[in-house]
Amino acid sequence: MVEIAVLLKQVPDTNAKIVVVGGRVDESAVTSWVTSPYDEYALEAALQHTEAAGGSITAITLGPARADKVLKDAAALGVTKLVRIWDDSWQDLDSKQVQSALANAVQAAGAELVYCGKQSADRNQGSTGPGVAELLGAGCVVEVSEFDAAGTTYLRPAASGSEKVTVAAPAVVTFTKTASDLRRPNVRGIMMAKRAQIDVVAGDVGSSTVNFNGHSSPAEKPPGKTYEGSGSVPEVVGLLRDEAKVL
Amino acid sequence: MDITIIAETQGNGLHAVTNQLVGAASSLGASPTVLCGGGVGADEAAGIAGVGKVLSVTGDCFSTFDGGAWAAAFDAAAGSGVIVGAATAQGRDVVARIAARRGIPVVQDVVSMSPGLNMTHPIYSGKAMQEVTVSGDCGVTLRANTFAPAGGGGSAETATVQQSGDVKIAVQEAIAKASERLDVADADIIISGGRGMGGPENFDKLYALADEMGGAVGASRAAVDAWDGIPHTMQVGQTGKTVNPSLYIAVGISGAIQHLAGMRTSKYIVAINKDPEAPIFKVADYGIVATWEEAMPVLAAEIAKIL
Repeated sequence: MVEIAVLLKQVPDTNAKIVVVGGRVDESAVTSWVTSPYDEYALEAALQHTEAAGGSITAITLGPARADKVLKDAAALGVTKLVRIWDDSWQDLDSKQVQSALANAVQAAGAELVYCGKQSADRNQGSTGPGVAELLGAGCVVEVSEFDAAGTTYLRPAASGSEKVTVAAPAVVTFTKTASDLRRPNVRGIMMAKRAQIDVVAGDVGSSTVNFNGHSSPAEKPPGKTYEGSGSVPEVVGLLRDEAKVL
Repeated sequence: MDITIIAETQGNGLHAVTNQLVGAASSLGASPTVLCGGGVGADEAAGIAGVGKVLSVTGDCFSTFDGGAWAAAFDAAAGSGVIVGAATAQGRDVVARIAARRGIPVVQDVVSMSPGLNMTHPIYSGKAMQEVTVSGDCGVTLRANTFAPAGGGGSAETATVQQSGDVKIAVQEAIAKASERLDVADADIIISGGRGMGGPENFDKLYALADEMGGAVGASRAAVDAWDGIPHTMQVGQTGKTVNPSLYIAVGISGAIQHLAGMRTSKYIVAINKDPEAPIFKVADYGIVATWEEAMPVLAAEIAKIL
């Protein structure tokens, strides 16, 4: 039997265009919010692990009310314990604040294993897994791409290729894309999700020493040149050598 | 400002990014202390211009990677101030944990930094940038190939400190790479294929050219999702790897927004696609409207002439 906490973050669909208006990403322009893709692989791993070893899963998210959707989606796949952490006074939280709120929720859930994505698809930081592990005094295996369903070994990248590792509990495992097909909810799951209860908790995350000054669009490249047909390849190779000096 | 750098190593020496970390620290007016886990690369680090001091942190934990144990050892060896590492899988893990141990924030994947600790890092895989200012101590990781490296000729003093941490991870089996080919994350030249390649067997043409140029082969998400022979480790884009090589050649890739997010900061981009309306041409420095079947043999022959 194993108690797993899965950390799920709601992000704009990765196919969405990101628009900066007045120094901030315009979230109102985002039409589709989804569970961050790597987190979906973490959830799938947790589902397989509890199916093989027994136990239960708590899905935890940190976000405003719209983030209930990631928990409902998890509920539709059979997760019964759902926790959303939020305080309406929060806007930009720093790494320390996010990690402390999540670590507190993991402890309240009584989980000995934490599964999450290697990084979120919005902030791309990759701090949450290792940081939560540190606060829990736990080991952390990062960027896992394969696992055995009984949850005993994890495959991680290594300089020489990859390594199969074990980790002592309590532990945090961060997932990259795995070979698992992500399951889709069935009708019963969707019905269950509608009735699922979400436990909304606030937390004291303390103050921050980070000032989030704002967002900007990336620098646009000057337009390049386009050539017709493979007959232009020698000219392009010449430019790569003489103009770009990359050959 | 006191800066401590966690050296990024490769094999028995330093990874090239370590010189860039020192260069970035020097540009802030710091004379950084460089920590070398297990003593790896300590002599090399002492020779980097601008380094104030090198500490070989030797402990049993450094025989295999365990971010928690390494962070404990480095934390004990490092003074207060700003902890700087490389934005690699290991660097992000270790610096995040040192910051969490110290109760200070961490900012990862920084691409520009100025005194007063104003920093910029990409968000949404480069579709936008986040600017932050940190007052006080923090952890920072820097993206490789974005900061000018420090030169050589230094002669910093070197000391050894004995520090270790509790190892929680045990390696059961090391698995060698399926091939000796470069990973896209480490390559300065990348040739990527998309669905336009028609099938995974046609990637042989890309491998042949990449081998000749000393580059790596990447792929779009569409190719990775469609073909078993193209593993996710090759995927460039928002749900794959973010790369910034000197030269990125996109073959048969239309340029979905999530692919562009992963490669748009490449120094030079060449696109080969038969569709003149393909979005990839909007970010290409040199676009060639042709099928890969026509263009690749000419490209390979022309490059063979000058290499």
